[in-house]
Parts: sequence; structure tokens; C-alpha cells
Amino acid sequence: MLSVDGLTKRFSGLVAVDDASLAAPEGRITGLIGPNGAGKTTLFAMAAGFLTPDAGTVTFAGEDVTAEPPHLRARRGMARTFQIVQPFAGLTVRENIAVGAHLHHPSRAEAMERADAIGKRVGLAKDLDRAAAGLTVAGRKRLELARALATQPKLLLLDEVLAGLNPSEIRDILPVIRAIRDEGVTILMIEHIMQAVMNLCEHVYVLAQGKMIAEGPPIEVSRDPQVVEAYLGHGAAARMQAAGGADA
Amino acid sequence: MYSPLIVAEALLNGLMLGAVYALIALGLTLIYGVLHIVNFAHGALLTVAMFGVWLLAEHLGVDPYLSILIMAPAMFGLGYAAQRFVIGPASHGSDNSILLVTLGLSIIIENGLLAGFRSDTRTIDTDYAFQVVELGPLLLSFPRVVGLFVALLSALVLWAILERTDVGRAIRAVAKEKLGAALVGIEVSHVYAVTFALGCACLAVAAALLMPVFYVSPTTGRAFVLVAFTIVVLGGMGSIVGALVGGLLIGVVEAACSLFFGDSLGQIGIFVIFILVLLFRPTGLFGARQ
Amino acid sequence: MSARDLLLPLIAVLVLAGLAFSGLSGTLLNLLIFMMIISLAAQGWNILGGFGGLSSFGHAAFFGTGAYTTLILQTSLGVNAWAGLVAGVLLGAAVGAGIGFLSFRSGLKGSYFALITLAFAEVLRIASNSAPITGGAAGILLPLDYGFLNLQFDDRRWFALIAILFVGAALALTRWLERSRFGAYLIAIRENEQAAQALGVDVFRVKLGAITLSAGCTALAGVLYAQNYLFVDAHVAYGPWISIEALFAAIVGGLGTMFGPLVGAVALLGLGEITKMVSGGVPGVDLLVFGAILILTVAFVPGGLMSLRQRLTGRRRPRGETALRSEEGA
Repeated sequence: MLSVDGLTKRFSGLVAVDDASLAAPEGRITGLIGPNGAGKTTLFAMAAGFLTPDAGTVTFAGEDVTAEPPHLRARRGMARTFQIVQPFAGLTVRENIAVGAHLHHPSRAEAMERADAIGKRVGLAKDLDRAAAGLTVAGRKRLELARALATQPKLLLLDEVLAGLNPSEIRDILPVIRAIRDEGVTILMIEHIMQAVMNLCEHVYVLAQGKMIAEGPPIEVSRDPQVVEAYLGHGAAARMQAAGGADA
Repeated sequence: MYSPLIVAEALLNGLMLGAVYALIALGLTLIYGVLHIVNFAHGALLTVAMFGVWLLAEHLGVDPYLSILIMAPAMFGLGYAAQRFVIGPASHGSDNSILLVTLGLSIIIENGLLAGFRSDTRTIDTDYAFQVVELGPLLLSFPRVVGLFVALLSALVLWAILERTDVGRAIRAVAKEKLGAALVGIEVSHVYAVTFALGCACLAVAAALLMPVFYVSPTTGRAFVLVAFTIVVLGGMGSIVGALVGGLLIGVVEAACSLFFGDSLGQIGIFVIFILVLLFRPTGLFGARQ
Repeated sequence: MSARDLLLPLIAVLVLAGLAFSGLSGTLLNLLIFMMIISLAAQGWNILGGFGGLSSFGHAAFFGTGAYTTLILQTSLGVNAWAGLVAGVLLGAAVGAGIGFLSFRSGLKGSYFALITLAFAEVLRIASNSAPITGGAAGILLPLDYGFLNLQFDDRRWFALIAILFVGAALALTRWLERSRFGAYLIAIRENEQAAQALGVDVFRVKLGAITLSAGCTALAGVLYAQNYLFVDAHVAYGPWISIEALFAAIVGGLGTMFGPLVGAVALLGLGEITKMVSGGVPGVDLLVFGAILILTVAFVPGGLMSLRQRLTGRRRPRGETALRSEEGA
């Protein structure tokens, strides 16, 4: 569905993403993990068209979209959420979701109807008439998800939708994400919470200091010494092995 | 055709007017650089200062240049109060609201002056208004020479305040990192008001330099406000050096345009520069920050 | 949009028309006409500033273009006033589209957008003050000649009625904005441009559409102004006064609401007249009061007069309330 090849982005001499490639195959949940500052969000921004890469290509559903602005990619069926939530603060939750629904429903009444349905699906049923500014963190994350879903995407780019949620809130939202996948929406997600990644993703890429250092099924990747070192610092893998290296 | 001497004199006069422009723009850019607000009332506050200078000369016989000693502290106080008690609290920190509040303030000032003084233009007669300074073959207007030197001196004083005093350090800290400054115990709203006040004090000096050669009416500041914005945008919003260079540049451009195309088109020239810079180089020629 | 949505604009038109024909004195009728003209200009401002969150300080550029266009066409080409009206609105809208194209392509918003619109209006003001086509500093006078085709009426109630009908049309346009996808996108851009983009909104095109509509509406106000006073010069057409009155009426009335600009224009101009009477005609007092009201509105009632009604009846915040706050300081 989505593949990025050799993406590179520099900010005034600093290389944020360095020749990174990944593929999100249709109908799967693919994960992108990596320590803080690894360049995950920059990679996402290039995939969604908010940043132009210095080198490399983005291919969506077989077509090269590297130079396309975000709104055209959205029309092709690519939707994203933002790590730092971006609600339309002055509008109600329903109106927020309706903006997304308008993409394929010009009529206001239809868009509102769709918004109701999607709001209920992600667990915002009782908040539909509230101002988006008044939602809790968990509510805002759900709203991000709902708005993106309302555009009827083929590919959903989720940027840390679970960050800032407590364990019970995470438990509530995992089945929602899985259900979206089951309807045939391809998902690529950036996630910090390893338990969720293990739980959801079939395939994981690991980005560290702008470079893709590993990929594979989550269990294998989490045992990869390179990955462990990237997260815990140099020599960590060796120390863990010496200590009897049990992973929980 | 114009003789080289006339052109040189006109350009030098432009340079000297530009120095006063620069001083006005300096206040504006300082306020922008620290508070990140566009102070639309800057022109109206200049008018207030010019009326102050005129009142002192008319009723107490104070020489316009000497009135700096009274007007600078007075405008400092007025600026402090305006930011601390009106602009800051009323605008809730949003860009759009600040713009509207300062617009409201400028309308109150303009029309308050109109109600109090009517729309007549006022001037100050001084012995030296038409005196000239000879510089080789060039004859330069005395008040403009004074304007150039005092404006440059004021810029130097402002720079010294920012670099060498505790207040200056606090201002620079707030400009750079508002939250951090607040965490180490700097009272941000006080620093904001002091910065705004310093910008207004610059206006007092500019007013004193202008009055011997210019007139004042309730709407005089309007003519200066877009010029000052042009300079600030040209020099890069928030850049002090940029404001100085931009001011001198605009003074010369205006003098050249007026000489070759007449006064009204000279004004258009400035607006066109303003539009072009905003459209094509919004970080300014010396782009400090966006 | 359904027939029901047009009910409120229709009621407004009936009430205002009833007022115009209720035997008002000449002075009051003139005030009513002026209120209608300013409310049209303000409705134009509201489309861009209220719904789109883009505060312009230069709506005079559109107002003046409408005013000059119709008078120039009538005096030099002998075109009838209605064709002049259409041409004025179209040309005003085109000026809006041009300014919008340049500004939005460069990504200008917030203070930068306000300042560049002001600069455009000032350029037009200075140019029209010296250009021959606009009659230079003397301006343009339209000879008195009553007749429907000339949009001049011996009985001024008929002119009032036409102005009221146009106000009704502008109300209906705003109602459509509140009910359409275009309007929803425009509001979404005001609230969060990046998020709107991610949802497939073509930000540039929506903004361009908004400024074109906005400019056309304000240009119509300019046409009616010129037609009412049969005169226009550089200060009247492109002077800052109209940019400011349009902005005042829209903000005080309630940004991003259908009735805000009308309510604001009626309230402000009514108050202005009272102030002038009380102060015995001291110049500037009315504008001084307006300035103070603008600051108080921004500080305490960012939703304007329309939000007061909603506060009293305990309903949720009107959308306009966030228009002022959408452009958080950089």
C-alpha cells in the first residue's frame, strides 16, 4: 500500500532521516519504533506530505506521490493523526469529525450523520456535542483517530495515538485499532509502548538516529542486540546477556 | 537635469530623516522581538509624544531638544502602563487580539487628540529650524544633522541598556526563552511592560527630533506607522541592526523617489517595497527570525 | 441549505423594510441606509475575518473599487447603474482574489496579512488621489437623475428597501456558509490549518474563495455608498475609515455569526449618533467610544453581542469566539 524508499531529510546540516526505507503492506498493521529523536515523526511527515524529502520517494498504492501536497494525498486515501493532537478547538466533537467526513460527503447532513457513527465507534458517543477543547487527553486521541477515519482512508498513519493514556484506556482502544484493520484499512503506526506494538503489529521497523537498523516480527526485533543497544545504550545487550538476559 | 550636488544633498537629507525613521522602527522591532506582538498603536503613540513636545514648547517655552529629558520618562511611563494594564490583560496573549487591541488603542488616541486639539496642524518655531551646516560644498539642514546624531546616540544607549544592565539581560532572556525566564524568577509581564516602555521612550526622542522640522496633527502618526513597519519588515522582524540599516535605507529611497517622481509617488514607493518584501522575503534582508 | 434556513434572513428583511416604511424622519432614514451599507461591508469582513480567522485591515481596497467602478462606468461610458453595480461587485471580488492570491501563496497570515491588506488599500488610495481616471483629488460626482435604472429615487425609502434586500441576500449567503462544506472547511482552517490539510482540505483554494466572496460583498457596500451619496473620492473610497468600521461592526456584533455584522453595525452607528448628540458634536468622540468598545469586546466578550444572547439563554459558546484566539502568538 505504502512504500518509502531511501528517504532523507536534513535540517541545516543535521541529518534527521538518513536513507530510510519501509513498506506497509495492504491489510496489515506495521509498526515503526525507535528511541526519542530517532526521526520517526519526520519520516511520517514526509510520508504524509507535510515535509518534502531531500532525497528518496514515497509510493502510495503504486503511484509516486513524493511531490504531492498533503490534501491531495488525503484524497487518495491517506490519513494521518498528529503526535501533538491538533483539534479544531472551538468546534464540537461532532463538527470536528464532520470536517473529515466532508471529504467524501459534500452534504452537511450526511457528513454529520457519518460523524455520529464514527464518533460512537471510537467511544466518543457521549462527547459528540462537547467542545473539542474540553476533552481529556484520551478523548483528544480518540478524536484524532475519528477524524482521520472519517476521511474513509485506505491507509492510516498513526503517530503515537497511545502516548499519554493510562493502561485501562490503552486496553480500551487496542480493539478499536484492530477492528479498523479488520475492515481492510492498512495501518502504519509509530508507537512507544512496546506492549501495544507486540500486541498489534505483524511487522516492525526500528529507526535509530535517522537510520533503519532492524526490521521483522516484533518478538525477533526486540531480541536484536542492535535494537537493544539503540534503546538502552552501548554495551547494554552484552550486559543483559551476562546477567542471564531474561526478557519479560 | 539634476546637478550631482542637489542629488547628493537630497540623499544626505534622506539619510538623516532615515535616522529618525530608524529610531521609530527601533522601538517597534524591540517590542516585536521580545513580546512577539505587532504594535499597531506605535504611530499614535508617536503622535502623543509629538503633542507632548509641542505643548511643552508652546506653554512652557521648553526647547524641543531639551524636552527629551521630560518626554522620554513620560512616554516610558505611559508605555509601561499601556502594556501592563491594557494590551497585556485585554488580549489574552493571542496574536490576532493583540493586533485588534492595539488598533483600538490607536483609534482612541487619535480621536482623543482630535476631540482635544481639533484637526489643526501645529508647529514649533525655533531659531535653528532653517540654519544650515556647511559640509564642503554641501549645505545640510541643522535639525536634520542633530537628528542623525541623536538618533544614532539613542540606538547606542538602547544597545547598552540591553547588553550591560540587569533589566537588559532580563529582556534578552524573556525574548529568547519566555518559560525558562519565568522559571528562574523573572516576572514576564513586568519585563514585557518595560520593553514596551523602552520602545515608547524611543518615540519620545524621535518626536523631539521631528518637531523642529515637522508638524503634528492627530493623524500625523499614521504616515509613520506603515513606514516603520516597512523598515522593521525590511530589516527582519526583531532585528535591531536591521531596523537601523532599514531606516537609513528607507530614508534615502524616499528622498530619491520624491526628488525624481514627486512627493505622493515617493510614498507609494515605500508601500510597494513593503508589499514586495512581505511577499517575497518575509524574513527581511537581514532575517533574524520569522 | 433548505427553505427553513432562509426563514431568519427573510424575517430580518421584513422587519427592516417595515422600519423603513414606518414613517421615519429623513435623518433617521438616512441613518438606516448608512447602517445597511456598513453592515454589508462588515458582512464581507466577517466572511474572511470571522469564518476564516484572517483579519484584514484593508477592506477599503474592495469597498473603494466597487464605488469607483460604478461611478466611472456611469459617468464616462453611460452604463446604467445596475450594470455598474454588477461590474463593481465583480471587479471588487477580482481585486480580492488578486490580493488573496499573492498573500496566501506567500503563506501570509495573522499580523502580516493585516498589514499587507492595509498597504494594498493605501497604495490604491494614493494612486486614486492622483490618477486622472478616478478624477484625481477632486473625485467623481454622479449627476442627480431619478429613475429605477439609475438606482436613484426621489423617495429615499425605495433606496433603503433595495439596500435592505441586499443585506438580506448577504445574510442568506452567510447562512449558506454555515451550512455548506465550503464553510466547514473555512472554519476548520481558522481553527487549525495543518489539521485541515491532513483531512484533505485545499487550504489555498478555500482561502482564495473566501477572500473573493468577502471582497465582492464589501464591494457591493461600496457601490451602494457611491450610489447613495452620488460622490466618491480617494479618502471616501480607499481611506482607512471603512476598513475600520467594517472590522468594528463585525467584531462587536459577533465574529463568524450570521447576524453579527448587522447587529454590530446597527448598535455601533446608533451609539455613535447618541454620542455625537450628547457631546454636542465634538469631533472624534464617536470613534473614541468605538475604539474603547473594540478593546472591551476583545477583552471580555470575544464572541460579540451575539454571544451575549447565547450566554443569557445558556447555550454553548458560539463558534466565533475562537476566531479571535485562533492565531496564537508565534
